[in-house]
Amino acid sequence: MDSKRSDPSRGAAMPLAVKILVAGGFGVGKTSMVGAVSEIKPLRTEEQLTDRSVGVDDVSGVERKTTTTVAMDFGRITIRDGLVLYLFGTPGQDRFWFMWDELALGALGAVVLADTRRLADCFPSIDYFERRRLPFIIGVNCFDGALRYDSEEIRAALDLDPKIPVILCDVRKRESGKQVLITLVEHVLAVMAERQRQQGAVVR
Amino acid sequence: MSEWLDDEAGPVVRPYALTRGRTRSSREGFELIAIIATAATSSFAPAGAGPEHLAILEMCVRPLSVAEVSAKMRLPLGVVRVLLGDLLEYGLIAVRRPEPDNRLPNERLLKEVLNGLQAL
Repeated sequence: MDSKRSDPSRGAAMPLAVKILVAGGFGVGKTSMVGAVSEIKPLRTEEQLTDRSVGVDDVSGVERKTTTTVAMDFGRITIRDGLVLYLFGTPGQDRFWFMWDELALGALGAVVLADTRRLADCFPSIDYFERRRLPFIIGVNCFDGALRYDSEEIRAALDLDPKIPVILCDVRKRESGKQVLITLVEHVLAVMAERQRQQGAVVR
Repeated sequence: MSEWLDDEAGPVVRPYALTRGRTRSSREGFELIAIIATAATSSFAPAGAGPEHLAILEMCVRPLSVAEVSAKMRLPLGVVRVLLGDLLEYGLIAVRRPEPDNRLPNERLLKEVLNGLQAL
């Protein structure tokens, strides 16, 4: 067999990757949204956490360690040669903040999916992204038969900053999922411009 | 949380046996979206390389993210990071890390993402 060393850093062989998170309560449609816009069938990656990682007392002695598995579904969109966007659904269980920190690190922004029948389910995600100052928008997934509210009613119910977009969507549809992502990236650009203005004001 | 794991928990012992009990890579830098590319064919692999190392080399001839390697290998991220750490040490892979988190994403990059989404 012919064997050689090659230089994969040449050309467009190694793309730069960016990521966007899709958060929200259990069963709100995170994986559906990832699947609707992804160019690949959503993949699942898992991390195994010992009791130590989930914040229980440190137990010395391997025999006492317990393990739990946290799973994340993700998809991919090729933006252009050399630039790839990954979409990660956040794990539903709120106790896995450890994993959320890793997911949020370096993310461009997040979509928080909400279901008007269980609006409170998205509160932990909103709190988390507000604390981390990660730009996010709300996507209200309109399930069949669910009561429809307009975005202002939902904004009021969530007590959101008026600048945070709230859009109605059907995440099973590719076009709708795409619009949600476009709205998020436009919002991230607006947030960055705002932060730069504020920083500029402080300097002066 | 139970000390006893059922079938749904998947293979727990074996993955960490692959890493000879190591739970952390000796090198940091394998973010979920770090891109891994094979830099040399497996004939350069040292004798200590296992079938999983070789499978990753075969897989990353077309560059893939750490998350994709984990999903396709059906191995937990922690295990994959240890294996990637070995491969990097052997000089068999190249890694392209994402933009550092300590600065905001740059405007040009965001606009490229926006244009790309609009063109979908």
